[in-house]
Amino acid sequence: MSPIPLFRGENLGKSYITPVLSEVGLELREGEVLALAGENGAGKSTLTKIIAGLVRPTEGEMHLRGARFHPASRQDAERHGVRMVLQELGLIPTLSVAENLMLDHMPNLGGFIRRERMNELASRQMAVIGLEHIDPRTPVGQLGLGHQQMVEIARNLVGDCQLLILDEPTAMLTSREIDHLFSQIAGLKRRGVGIIYISHRLDELQQVADRVMVLRDGRHIGTRPIAEAAQNDIVRMMVGHDVGEAPALTGRVPGAVVLETRGLTRGKAVQGVSLQLRSGEILGLAGLVGAGRTELLRLIYGADRRDSGTIHLDGSAAPARIASPMSAVRQGIGLVTEDRKTQGLLLPLSIRINATLANIRAVSRRGWLRPAEERAQVGRLHALVGVRSHSVEQPAGELSGGNQQKVVFTRWLHRDCRVLLLDEPTRGVDIGARSDIYAQMERLAKAGKGMLMVSSDLRELMDICDRIAVMSAGRLVKVFERGEWTQQALLEAAFSGYLGAAAATGAPPPG
Amino acid sequence: MEDVSTTAPGRTAGLARSLRGTLGNYVALVAALAMMVALFGSLSQYFFTASTFLTIANDIPAIAVTAVGMTFVLIIAGIDLSVGSVMALSAAVAGIAMLHWHWPLYLAVVLAMGVGMLAGLLNGSISVAWRLPSFIVTLGMLEVARGAAYIATNSRTQYIGSRVEWLSNPIGFGLSPAFFVAMAIVVAAQLVLTRSVFGRHMIGIGTNEEAMRLAGVDPRPVKIIVFAVCGLLAGLAGILQCSRLEAADPNAGIGAELVVIAAVVIGGTSLMGGRGSVIATFFGVLIISVLEAGLAQIGASEPTKRIITGCVIIIAVILDMYRERRRRRA
Repeated sequence: MSPIPLFRGENLGKSYITPVLSEVGLELREGEVLALAGENGAGKSTLTKIIAGLVRPTEGEMHLRGARFHPASRQDAERHGVRMVLQELGLIPTLSVAENLMLDHMPNLGGFIRRERMNELASRQMAVIGLEHIDPRTPVGQLGLGHQQMVEIARNLVGDCQLLILDEPTAMLTSREIDHLFSQIAGLKRRGVGIIYISHRLDELQQVADRVMVLRDGRHIGTRPIAEAAQNDIVRMMVGHDVGEAPALTGRVPGAVVLETRGLTRGKAVQGVSLQLRSGEILGLAGLVGAGRTELLRLIYGADRRDSGTIHLDGSAAPARIASPMSAVRQGIGLVTEDRKTQGLLLPLSIRINATLANIRAVSRRGWLRPAEERAQVGRLHALVGVRSHSVEQPAGELSGGNQQKVVFTRWLHRDCRVLLLDEPTRGVDIGARSDIYAQMERLAKAGKGMLMVSSDLRELMDICDRIAVMSAGRLVKVFERGEWTQQALLEAAFSGYLGAAAATGAPPPG
Repeated sequence: MEDVSTTAPGRTAGLARSLRGTLGNYVALVAALAMMVALFGSLSQYFFTASTFLTIANDIPAIAVTAVGMTFVLIIAGIDLSVGSVMALSAAVAGIAMLHWHWPLYLAVVLAMGVGMLAGLLNGSISVAWRLPSFIVTLGMLEVARGAAYIATNSRTQYIGSRVEWLSNPIGFGLSPAFFVAMAIVVAAQLVLTRSVFGRHMIGIGTNEEAMRLAGVDPRPVKIIVFAVCGLLAGLAGILQCSRLEAADPNAGIGAELVVIAAVVIGGTSLMGGRGSVIATFFGVLIISVLEAGLAQIGASEPTKRIITGCVIIIAVILDMYRERRRRRA
């Protein structure tokens, strides 16, 4: 085995406005499987995308077999034998399996495809990965997601591959397919291919990895040989020391139940979720990406149709009829969407128009707008929430992320609602705006509103929530009371749905 | 199109100020119009006459009225290709009412608008219920309405005569009732667009329909109503055109939808939705009409006129793309 490592990354870093990755070093030897673990947003995706040429690092250097490596693009990286299987499959659903496998090197004669040869080559490639029972002429879109994933992996297992990155490869595979994949990986190791393997399924890592590397907040926390790393050690490294408990919340005594769900279900994404939200309470909703939190909010809001289960408002025995967001808003529920730019705001239009969207009746009379009244009402809320802008006429698209989010908040203050659903309300928001938003939420809680808040930031949830519900693989695993929780316990609950053989039948794990 | 509002308490003062502000926005259009008038004025000695301007003024009502409806449809990010056929169909039905059932003019006008509204309702309901692109649905209606117009008139032009011509005869300052009706509709539509809740919802839906839905505003009835209004106005345009021809011609309005769309785009309404102004559309209509009248006066042949008009439309759409790109980048 060569003394020069196959791949070496030093001091790798990437910043957009704030750093998402800093001072990360990584070493991969030939024939080794390095597992990469970390919470949502820890930087795993960014790091591997840098290696695969999809993202340019803002600092740091990489070496491939001792030679400097700085891929200009994904194709450039692939030419050097560095390949990445993304979670969002790169297959073209209307083309056949063979066409997808041979996409950039189809056997042809002067530009005309030699179909038989193509299908034959494809069959051979598929047999290697255990897919020999699939007809290479099948359109990829007709295959189940598990098989599609296998085809995507097969596409990348070509001869010149030196370094292969797999991002959550077993997300949608059955255990039989996972076994096939692992034997493929063993074969690659024998050929000296280096593999970086990202997964939340800690028990799998024990099976397939040689070493495990943990990232947290964009930094490299530690790397251990897998034999020396127990699952709790890995989780502890991902989480770090527990943050001290926030000072006791004053003046917040949750009242009666304002919202209750019983057995809400939608396919695999949300399975039988029952919870209660009380007035004056901030209930956090934690879990890994893909655990079903956004889907749950959308079900409550009527944005998606539920398969079964009921929603009850204000403790009523009769289920509420929430067939659409319009009806949810009418019954006093608001939603701060996960993606404010595409789902929350009308970017080219003014703050004023965005703020009054949910309650136009308050600023109009018999169908005609009352501009002076509208400006007064929005102006007041604007100042209250602390939006920084020239005026309420400024287009929402010109504001910073934090201020845009505040405009969305203003909308739900303008339309007074008793239940407010929030999906990652402080994502991409600077520290200053964040504390303003927390202050608003405090105010709303004191005024007796109930808030259900999805967040991937455990520290944030622990700071401001009264209770935290944890979802994992579509199910509601546990609800923690204030004082009962630790970061470790929350994370363990978030992972719990993905551990063990039972995981294969649950919802796909996060990315 | 931003809501140009005022701080003045009086409504008339507010209206005047907002009109001034609105005109200010349309400097480019006014300039283009003025340039064209000056150009044709210098090329032809008959251009700068009252008779030319009156002819233009009395020629535009049908197109102007249809363009108002089309503006609304484009603002909600839709399109209505059937307006030309609906014009012909409405005129045909109104013609039958007057000739065979002896209906008075005003009832025939109502009937024409009703037929148009029905077509528009179908367009809107079908595209909303099945989530089909309005391009396809109205393309189908284009054929259906045209066929129906032929059936109604037995494929022959129905000569109606003096009873219908009243609408196009000058009654004041040399201008026809059709002209005044068109102006009233332009003003009313602009007010609805900029000052009403409905107008606000239209702009929101054209900008981001999903965000509107998630804010609790149902886009579906708005979209259906907009198509119905466009159809209704196309029906009105049909009978206005009928009065100009003094006949119901089943071939009327062929290709009208493209001229109307061109006028709307020249005026600055975006093909992508979310932005537009009826007043600006009116300027677009004027520009196209002046262009056509001017080209005719300097003796340009029909094919030449079409080529030049076509070029103007393409340039306007390219400019619209740049404008849109700058706006969406915000």
